[in-house]
Amino acid sequence: MSELINKVKELFDKEAIDLFIGYEEGSRRPRPFFAKNATDATKLVFDDRCQGNLAVYLTRKDLVRGKRVGISASYYALKSISQLFNENQLNKDLLTIIGIGSDGNLSVFEGQEQIKAYLKETPPPAKPEDDELVSKINAMSPAERWEFWTDELSKCFKCYACRAACPMCYCTKCIVEVNRPQWIQPWASTLGNMEWQINRVMHMAGRCSDCGSCGTACPLGIPIHLLTHKMKESVLANFGGDDERGNVLSTFKPEDQESFIL
Amino acid sequence: MNDNIYLPHLVTIEKITQEAPGVKTFRLKFKDEETAKNFEFKAGQFGEYSAFGEGECTFCIASSPTRKGYIECTFREAGKVTSALAKLEEGQTMGFRGPFGNTFPLDEWKGKNLVFIAGGIALPPMRCVIWNVLDTRENFNNISILYGAKSVADLVYKHELKEWEERSDVNLVTTVDPGGETPDWKGEIGFVPSVLEKMNPSPKNTIAIVCGPPVMIKFTFPVLDKLGFQPENIYTTLENRMKCGVGKCGRCNVGSQYVCKDGPVFSRVQLEALPAEY
Amino acid sequence: MEKKHISQDSLKVWLNKMGNDGQRIFAPVSKGDKTDFKYITSADEISLDHIQTTQSAKAVAFPRTEKLFSFEKNKGDVQLTDFDAESVPYTVVFGIHPCDAAGFRPLSGIFNWDTKDKPFNAHIDRTTLISMSCTQCDDYCFCTSVNGSPGNTEGSDILLTPITDGYLVEIVTEKGKNLVDKYIDLFGADPNINKDDFLAKLPVKFNLEELNTKISHMFESEVWKQQSERCIGCGACAFVCPTCACFDIQEDTKGNSGNRLRCWDSCGFSLFTIHTSGHNPREIQSQRWRQRLLHKFSYMPERLSVRGCTGCGRCSRACPVDMNLSEHLTGIAEL
Repeated sequence: MSELINKVKELFDKEAIDLFIGYEEGSRRPRPFFAKNATDATKLVFDDRCQGNLAVYLTRKDLVRGKRVGISASYYALKSISQLFNENQLNKDLLTIIGIGSDGNLSVFEGQEQIKAYLKETPPPAKPEDDELVSKINAMSPAERWEFWTDELSKCFKCYACRAACPMCYCTKCIVEVNRPQWIQPWASTLGNMEWQINRVMHMAGRCSDCGSCGTACPLGIPIHLLTHKMKESVLANFGGDDERGNVLSTFKPEDQESFIL
Repeated sequence: MNDNIYLPHLVTIEKITQEAPGVKTFRLKFKDEETAKNFEFKAGQFGEYSAFGEGECTFCIASSPTRKGYIECTFREAGKVTSALAKLEEGQTMGFRGPFGNTFPLDEWKGKNLVFIAGGIALPPMRCVIWNVLDTRENFNNISILYGAKSVADLVYKHELKEWEERSDVNLVTTVDPGGETPDWKGEIGFVPSVLEKMNPSPKNTIAIVCGPPVMIKFTFPVLDKLGFQPENIYTTLENRMKCGVGKCGRCNVGSQYVCKDGPVFSRVQLEALPAEY
Repeated sequence: MEKKHISQDSLKVWLNKMGNDGQRIFAPVSKGDKTDFKYITSADEISLDHIQTTQSAKAVAFPRTEKLFSFEKNKGDVQLTDFDAESVPYTVVFGIHPCDAAGFRPLSGIFNWDTKDKPFNAHIDRTTLISMSCTQCDDYCFCTSVNGSPGNTEGSDILLTPITDGYLVEIVTEKGKNLVDKYIDLFGADPNINKDDFLAKLPVKFNLEELNTKISHMFESEVWKQQSERCIGCGACAFVCPTCACFDIQEDTKGNSGNRLRCWDSCGFSLFTIHTSGHNPREIQSQRWRQRLLHKFSYMPERLSVRGCTGCGRCSRACPVDMNLSEHLTGIAEL
């Protein structure tokens, strides 16, 4: 902890940043925190109890516009940051990224290439619980699976905490808010809730860091992060891993098969 | 009468007038005879208009309460519901809920001079008051109307503008933004605030009523100050997004004041007491 | 206030009998680590071990999606079918805590000031609230800071308090009395106990007078920006809140017919107040956070004479980024 605090203090002392996005102690576990100076920096924490993906704040214009921003980034936040670079959402000259590995070691990244190199050689943190749930769902018959998701998604009241917690959901007007035409029913109902989650997950294809913040954010405990987790697997199996060919969602070849459209 | 405030009255579109590109006026008649007979409203109030299958949207009642038997609304095609309304034809049915909101204090204005200042699509709320005042002309002193639009084509109520122009008891000034004029345009060219300054209405015993886009209002108030109008003699209407129209859905409040209940008509004194949240 | 006693077993019998006699029972049911209100068919489904259910019980009177009326179009003509108040089932809400029961008053304030809201009232008129005093609380609870208490009877028709053996039954309203009288054999005499001995002890967290005095003059304060920095603008706090009533009106259309629906909405959403022109009076999150707090603690007291918060703490528990309401209110009261 003291290493992070010292590093951030140093950044403020050198006047290298105006704002540092990290965590502070919260009600029951650490919560997002915005340090504005070296004194604030003493409140910073970073450990296993930290939830969510801080990269979500990097596209919040009212917070970061025009500011030199530092951020403490977990493995998954680094993945999101790299993807945000891919999507031209970040200005590398204004960003100082302190990656924190699962061993607690700090590494300062200068731009996206270094992050990519780090991500390439670092395996993602294990998710035994999620993997177990996914394999349980995989083992279900289609009817059982339908029942499982119908039961879970019937609870959804469309608070969009999943969207708000996601670093990749930075659109100022989400597909669910487009009403000409109205693609997705905006009110809560089992079918409309499914439409919403299917759309959300599809829009994450090839972009999702698999951080699981969407599921953590859900106040009703619906395991929607399993959808993105599973989608991540499907993308990997069908299209291969991250490479320079672009995002699954936004690239195509004229000869791509479209059998699923009929 | 129904007791469900969300259930609209059914109205028949009796007449459609194309006012300007994308702008239409509907004359609406209540289908239910009892409602048609008993329906009353006052100048400044608004309603929620339904295109069944698409939803509801909010506009003022643009006709005068002195003209009985129908109501009118004027709207520009902009979103989902207005586009659906624009597709309706004469004789078809739509919905109306209202009247909602407060009114212009016409009783207090008796014996006074009135200056109406309107821009663009904001003439409709004022047209309601203007006809109300003209239909009870003996109650008021001098009446001036300044109306500006982007271009000649964008001026709404063209026939009525002509009628007002021809009346000797109304002083009408129309203006279009520079570049919006046609070769035969005989009105002013310039923005509303500067034309108002040129008009130079006397503030003495005079009420100014201002309706227009926020930017027009922003630049018109200082001109009125300069001309010597006191804030209590200046009135405007606010528009905020609304769904219910009856102070429940939570959208339209400015501080503790609800545009749908405490407004839409506000004097400048009231406006200045509100936080800048509109 | 009339007091009685009911045993653990009789309580179950009572609930099942009411269910058999046509009352819908809305009660806490636990699944995984969450407990939430559900319409149940047997008293055995009920769970009372929780400190707080994830959601409030407001959905009983203000469902997340509700049909306001339906329409049918036919060659330019339209037929409407009104909301049918008679079709609303009689409902018993069982096991809500005093903070939730108290929440129906601010809700009713919003739905009934000036104009009366037919669907809301239809539900409320046919709903009886059988509440349960709190014997435990957690660090998110703050009812005692907003004039509530773990054994407050306000808003309940009947309040039960778990005592050593069964429950103390306080009959608060006529509606409550009817439900007791109908099954009077299940009830015993007033156990004559000191209720407070059985209630959770919740210290006051902030000075309400200080908060009231300050918050109404704080529109321009910097505090909204500071407090809302981490807020990510979802609707979780509003949707779990027992008093939040903001709604949207939407059209559910299939071909020529459909329903006009009212559905939950939140002042925290960025597009909640946006005009068709693109202009947005509450453009940034701090303005929306300010609206949330001022609405509850300034505008509602001013206009409806009721506070929009009962201290249930759900918003703080549901928030993905720990926007802890009592902490924020304490901060304001101590400014």
